[in-house]
Amino acid sequence: MNIDSIQNGVVLDHIRAGKSMLIYQYLHLDTLNCSVAIIQNARSVRMGKKDIIKVDTPMELDLDVLGYFDSNITVNIIRDGKLVDKKHVELPKKLVNVIRCRNPRCITMAEEHLDAIFLLSDPVRHTYRCAYCDTATDKTFP
Amino acid sequence: MPRHLIDITDLTTQEIDALLATAENILDHPEAYCDVCARKQLATLFFEPSTRTRLSFESAMLALGGQVLGFSSADSSSTAKGESLTDTVHTVSCYADIIAMRHPKEGAPFAAAQVSEVPIINAGDGGHNHPTQTLTDLLTIHRERGSLHGFTIGFCGDLKFGRTVHSLVNALSRYPGIRYVFISPLELKLPRYVKEHSLKNRNIPYEQTTELSSVMPELDILYMTRVQKERFFNEEDYLRLKDSYILTPAKLSDAKPDLSILHPLPRVNEISTAVDRDPRAVYWKQVRYGKYIRMALIMFLLGLTP
Repeated sequence: MNIDSIQNGVVLDHIRAGKSMLIYQYLHLDTLNCSVAIIQNARSVRMGKKDIIKVDTPMELDLDVLGYFDSNITVNIIRDGKLVDKKHVELPKKLVNVIRCRNPRCITMAEEHLDAIFLLSDPVRHTYRCAYCDTATDKTFP
Repeated sequence: MPRHLIDITDLTTQEIDALLATAENILDHPEAYCDVCARKQLATLFFEPSTRTRLSFESAMLALGGQVLGFSSADSSSTAKGESLTDTVHTVSCYADIIAMRHPKEGAPFAAAQVSEVPIINAGDGGHNHPTQTLTDLLTIHRERGSLHGFTIGFCGDLKFGRTVHSLVNALSRYPGIRYVFISPLELKLPRYVKEHSLKNRNIPYEQTTELSSVMPELDILYMTRVQKERFFNEEDYLRLKDSYILTPAKLSDAKPDLSILHPLPRVNEISTAVDRDPRAVYWKQVRYGKYIRMALIMFLLGLTP
């Protein structure tokens, strides 16, 4: 399979196999007016199989979203066809408007204009808690 | 940025100790505090019914020489017209110097604090937290036992939706030498997040049981709670569980002679009125203390001293 290298843009590497479409949706890549390549089940020495996303335009990425869904992802910044920066994401301490609270008694369910704020409460179990009502959302890749 | 009280852990233990000391001083010298809040206004925004909490806040502010305004149900505010909570709070914060609010939705005071220009006091948010009841409970325990450490406390009844229990466990977990016994039906056990956040993360052991009688002789403090009808989505569940634990003089026959029985009130039938005559029942003192600790809190958040 042959996919052209990009000149100026971003390559998201080491995405857990099969999860690239989810990342695509949460980063709203469908709204871009450029080439976006999604490579699924690519061979990986470290992971066995992995997904890759290539975006053919420079863009600001929400690293918190990436860190929340998969903290193993690496972000490669490409300029003039060369790798100029490689970023490793990590579990964010705070998430704003990435996930919504599922507690029907939470004020954010009644007043949807409120920012959905979650705070990391257990880095080992990847547990986040709603800043309003303390309801936990165990971090499982949806 | 104004200082708020949304969760009891917004206060350090040193600040709590100072508030308890102030409240005890007010109890002894109320006249010294009668003008501390002159020309200050407290707004009580109660989107849910309340007797004790709202009136104790209003009584506290009046006793400090301040004034009160507000509403006692969502129906009598612009909420009935569809105004958002944050717009209501933003509006009131333009009139009042401090706001005490109760709301049926969990986290509503946190949302209010994001937009308010004056201190917000959480006066109860759904089944979540009730930090000023916790301060009241701490003052009661301190006055009855002389300290906030070195005792066995049993929490009995609805520990799942009982916000006073959640806040008190959270507050006490920062003091040493306390043994916790949780007595409830299986369906109304203490939520996992409270156990994790307050106890497990601090390596504090606790015991859970469905039997009150078996643990009664061990208790220094018994914190009774009501099974709250308004927290249930399903009335059948409420009816099945509401009479799980009813405290009577007979059930106290095995209890320690210096046991302290607390209840945040209101009660329905979980404590027989015959228990009121037992000197170990301190829940009416607890009601009285609620006013004085709220006086101390209002002064603290407004940065005022006598």
